[in-house]
Amino acid sequence: MKLNKLQKKILIILLVLCLLAPIGILLPMVFDAGDAWGEWSAQTVKDFIGYVPQGLEKYSDAWKAPVTDYTLNAGDKSVVHQSGYYIISGILGATLTYVVMLLLSKLIIRHEE
Amino acid sequence: MHIPDGYLSPQTYIPLYGVFVSAATVAVRKVKKTVSARNIPYLGMAAAFSFIIMMFNLPVPGGTTGHAVGSAVIAIIFGPWAATIAVSVALIIQALIFGDGGITAIGANCFNMAVFMPFIAYYIFMLINKNPQKKSRVYIASFISGYLSLVLAAILTAVEFGIQPLIASTADGKALYCPYDLSIAIPAMAIEHLLLFGIVEGIITATVVSYFLGNEPGLIYALQKRNGDETK
Repeated sequence: MKLNKLQKKILIILLVLCLLAPIGILLPMVFDAGDAWGEWSAQTVKDFIGYVPQGLEKYSDAWKAPVTDYTLNAGDKSVVHQSGYYIISGILGATLTYVVMLLLSKLIIRHEE
Repeated sequence: MHIPDGYLSPQTYIPLYGVFVSAATVAVRKVKKTVSARNIPYLGMAAAFSFIIMMFNLPVPGGTTGHAVGSAVIAIIFGPWAATIAVSVALIIQALIFGDGGITAIGANCFNMAVFMPFIAYYIFMLINKNPQKKSRVYIASFISGYLSLVLAAILTAVEFGIQPLIASTADGKALYCPYDLSIAIPAMAIEHLLLFGIVEGIITATVVSYFLGNEPGLIYALQKRNGDETK
């Protein structure tokens, strides 16, 4: 597959976005912002309302994601390390998404070639 | 806006899985018919763009965080059906690999951000942008499309959260899933998206659409569609 000039440019922009991604963890830190609304852990919900809803308790650990929360080590307190993990997660995720979407599109769109 | 596991009852997430799978099936058929093979690399990039843009969490100072989704810009440039597939791929990878959004809630999250949002965005753009020749008009229509579609998708998500106490509570009135009802969920989600995240989605949508308008205007699905309608 040959990429044209614009497509190469977009790939570079995407890579730059991956490198800038730590903004997405640093800004919330600076402005003291927490979880997204409705995306709290079971413990946080307990702190809010005094109990963990039964269904929430049952389902909240339904899936163990290999790279939970875009970090390789959630216990690491170093902001620099976390930024690094976030960049790695971004590159990994964006690349995987790109490849899966390419393969899927090739499977779907076959009629012209 | 990525609903985690445990916040939606099965009575909610199972039907939403059904709706999403039906929509995705139609999307595959539509994309097969309407998207040219030369756009395949762009579709990969669009999905990756959506993935990475969702990692830019923005803070409401002292409060919650949120982010843009990228569905609006993908819907305008590559069409709403292509956006459905591209954003779904990003969301499913976020759920499976990064635990962002629940496994049980994949149907709901994909319906909200990859089906509802791109279609709302696309139709808002088509409704407002009657003059595709003027760059400034395209910019404004793209901004409004991104802004409103994210706000409306956030409100839809809030409705899914907010109906949980109504449909699933214990005998003594304790919530089984999301504990907050519509009167709390809707204002919370609507206000933060109206005041901050929607504006960011709008700026991203307008900037990227303008970029394509300057570099490869013939590619933009919504404008092609508009021109096609006019010559009919």
